[in-house]
Amino acid sequence: MTIVLFLVMIAAYGFGAFVALLGGRGPIGRWLVAAGAVIGAGAGCAFGAVVIISGQPFTLSIPELLPIAGGLALRLDPLGAFFLVVIGVGAIPAAIYGAGYTKAYENGRASLRLLGVMFNLFLLAMSLVTLADNVLTFLLMWEGMSLTSYFLVITESSEDGTLRAGNWYAAMTHAGLALLLAAFVLLMNGGAGAFADLRSSAGTLSPEARNLIFVLALLGFGSKAGIVPLHVWLPRAHPAAPSHVSALMSGVMIKLGVYGLLRVALDLLGGGPSWWGALVLGLGVASALLGVLYALMEHDLKRLLAYHSVENIGIIFIGLGAGLIFHSSHLMTLAALGFIGGLYHTINHASFKGLLFLGAGSVLHATGTRNMEEMGGLIKRMPWTALFFLVGSAAISALPPLNGFASEWLVFQSLLGGLNLPAPEIALTIPLAVGMLALTSGLAAACFVKAFGISFLAIPRSHEAENAHESPLSMRVGMMILALACVALGLAPFAVVPVLGGVLAGLGGLPDTRPVFTLDLSVHAPAGFAQISPTWIALGLLILLVLVPLVMRFMRVNRKLRVGDTWGCGRIGQTPRMEYTATSFAEPLRRVFAELYRPTKELSIDFHPESKYFVKSIKYSSRITPLFDRVLYDPLLRLVQRISRQVRRIQAGSLHLYLMYVAVILILLLIAARWF
Amino acid sequence: MVITGYVLEIAQVILALLLAPGLAGFVRWLKARLQNRRGAPPWQPYFELRKLFGKEVVMSNNASWLFRIAPYIIFASTITVTLLVPMIVAPLALDGMGDLLMVVYLLLLGTFFLALAGLDPGTAFGGMGASREMTVAAIAEPTIALAIFGLALSAGSTNLGRIVTQELANTAVTLSPGHILAFVALFIVTLAETGRLPVDNPATHLELTMIHEAMILEYSGRYLALIEWASWLKLTIFFTLLSNLFVPWGIATTFDPAALAVAVIALIVKLAVLGGIIAVVETRVAKLRLFRVPELLGASFVLALLAVTSSFVLK
Repeated sequence: MTIVLFLVMIAAYGFGAFVALLGGRGPIGRWLVAAGAVIGAGAGCAFGAVVIISGQPFTLSIPELLPIAGGLALRLDPLGAFFLVVIGVGAIPAAIYGAGYTKAYENGRASLRLLGVMFNLFLLAMSLVTLADNVLTFLLMWEGMSLTSYFLVITESSEDGTLRAGNWYAAMTHAGLALLLAAFVLLMNGGAGAFADLRSSAGTLSPEARNLIFVLALLGFGSKAGIVPLHVWLPRAHPAAPSHVSALMSGVMIKLGVYGLLRVALDLLGGGPSWWGALVLGLGVASALLGVLYALMEHDLKRLLAYHSVENIGIIFIGLGAGLIFHSSHLMTLAALGFIGGLYHTINHASFKGLLFLGAGSVLHATGTRNMEEMGGLIKRMPWTALFFLVGSAAISALPPLNGFASEWLVFQSLLGGLNLPAPEIALTIPLAVGMLALTSGLAAACFVKAFGISFLAIPRSHEAENAHESPLSMRVGMMILALACVALGLAPFAVVPVLGGVLAGLGGLPDTRPVFTLDLSVHAPAGFAQISPTWIALGLLILLVLVPLVMRFMRVNRKLRVGDTWGCGRIGQTPRMEYTATSFAEPLRRVFAELYRPTKELSIDFHPESKYFVKSIKYSSRITPLFDRVLYDPLLRLVQRISRQVRRIQAGSLHLYLMYVAVILILLLIAARWF
Repeated sequence: MVITGYVLEIAQVILALLLAPGLAGFVRWLKARLQNRRGAPPWQPYFELRKLFGKEVVMSNNASWLFRIAPYIIFASTITVTLLVPMIVAPLALDGMGDLLMVVYLLLLGTFFLALAGLDPGTAFGGMGASREMTVAAIAEPTIALAIFGLALSAGSTNLGRIVTQELANTAVTLSPGHILAFVALFIVTLAETGRLPVDNPATHLELTMIHEAMILEYSGRYLALIEWASWLKLTIFFTLLSNLFVPWGIATTFDPAALAVAVIALIVKLAVLGGIIAVVETRVAKLRLFRVPELLGASFVLALLAVTSSFVLK
């Protein structure tokens, strides 16, 4: 059964890539490429589900395929299977959507061949990351995933800034790879790279080595996940990539950083001292808060969403951090609750962030711009996209009864369990984390009122927005699947939480928490700490939404409705220039957090020559340079450039000189080989 | 017994719906008296509701379907909250449906749609109100979360019924420093969340300082009635939380009719006392500039943090 699904998955992705290689153009070509990805992702999803439900890992080892370092070893345990399901949840709608979305590339703006091949290979590489069972396979697939996604980012390479975004991504991801390589070499400790061996030998490593491995893995996987301060590639690469690729990278790929961290820290190393958890928690809080604060100031719809990915990864890390802290204190049920919250948020973020990126793609498709200040009024022109984007906005703002609330509630509850901690110095930092998490979710709600309100409501702010059109069916179907997933995951935490408990059972000595979190229509935190039932809340809201108008009709309320002009304080004729803009919407928060943003303002007023009471034109511009660009990356880049200028001195361009370098190095190496 | 529980839930919702306009009217009346004005009678809001429900709606031609469903979502989400908050009896039959976090986020759901509806007609006023409302709501959020944390710390649960019964069982908690600090913190947040002075002036209309009124400027007729009623209900809910979570005495723990009657009277007295406090506060303080509001809320956050820390240390 599992082997069939595994082979179908590989074959379907292979088929998709092959069709794309033949051209993948025209409606049939694009649909065949998408079909490969959909079937592959569907098979992967089913494969993962079978492994999770049966609890039986799937193993496949082909040492002959790569006769070094243990060859190709594959094993799918429930943890990997969960992430395989997440890939499926993100990839199926993205591929369907992509079939319609890539029509815009038929005119030669980008290579459909490269896009189709890389899209399928990217999905395949991501799927195999979750299956990897030794260091070699893992790193190979990890690098495959990074390379294919790099090519996806630079799909629209003729656009301004795309290649630059690609460079940022490539640099960050390879810095991460180097750290991972170091972590795994230390972890292997001279032995073979099979994960089973690493797991059993991890206990014999010295505490210093274990700490070093953990920090290297945290930074390496963190650069992929996009935690602060390694998040800088997200707001650059996500807007540059085609929207269905952004949805996949943001919804799914960065989650594999979470997978890697769980695999190494919890599974292979088996947990560690409490400062590991505190570090993860602290990075999570910083990412969540800075992510949402920079998102608020962003008017490029896709960049805004990219910053929200940083925020949500932060929330996931808060859950994982709480889990690791409890794990080190042997409060295993609470630890499981934290990890469950993190994993639940992982799949939730895959659904709502995927949905929002697809929605942003539809808007981009319809208006040709990502700038919110040029949108507006789209709810009347693209009603379906607007509805789906609204669902995604409400879900990411953690509004009940949608899925964002369910997972944030679990993360909150795991933090509230912090009062059971024996170590007061850590227990006392937990309330701060609670406060910051609450601030984050409040700011996220504010940000999505801005994102939805400015882009979709009121009067169109530009000619393009006025003539916007609804997206084709394929794109709407892609968004609809994810919107339904948001609703379903929000209504059914009672079903999801026990599954996640089963996924975590046994990892790093975690108990099977399936009996603790009972399977009725509500979710209990441990020991009856708290209980909610989003299902009943949703039902209550639904009944009231029907009942209130009925009662109003019964009470003979005046039901007349007249449509008139907006009241303009006596002024007739309302124009888009009178509307609130995204900048003005965010202005109060910009002032409140001015210490962080340090905005630079430029105001120039051109007065009429006769009198300064008549203004001819006003020009206002304001810029915000993100904190870590300012204090970390700008100096770093300057340093790199200075070094490369020095290095250039020995590159005179003369072939003879280069030949001499080769000869000198050869002689030096020979001498070195003789001596050592 | 089970049926009685559900009947009581419905009775509580109806009670809250009936009390809410009266409470708002009472605060207005008392405020007028404190300011040496005659003021409208306390039952004026009931007439306002009847008037608004009898009028036709005039809707902006820029607005969309969101503008039309938002009042229903706001009203429904606020009523759902009243199903969770113990007003006259604890624990409620539907106590397991949601906890304090659910209450906070359901209210945020209403705020979210209200702010969107403010942006929908495309006026500068609406956007201004929406922007400010979301700013205040976001900055108030950490205080609420920490107050919840503080309460959960002593009760061992975030479910409201459990908090109330735990406190009735253990009266020493009520006067603990953590509890009092949390009460003050939550009181400041109540002022911000329900649009009272010094954060927002509920009596203002068409001023550049308005928040709540700016968002609902384009609403009329039955939609305005629903939104106004929901906002009065929100005030009642926050008052009930302040009184029943911190001073739960008088609330019924059984379905005994005499206890329930006492509970209703106790609730009305507590609401009136809090209403009186608000009226005095609104008479005594001036409105803060918008950019001073974060300082006030920051202070409430510090109070809440102290509350949690002291409960933790004294535990």
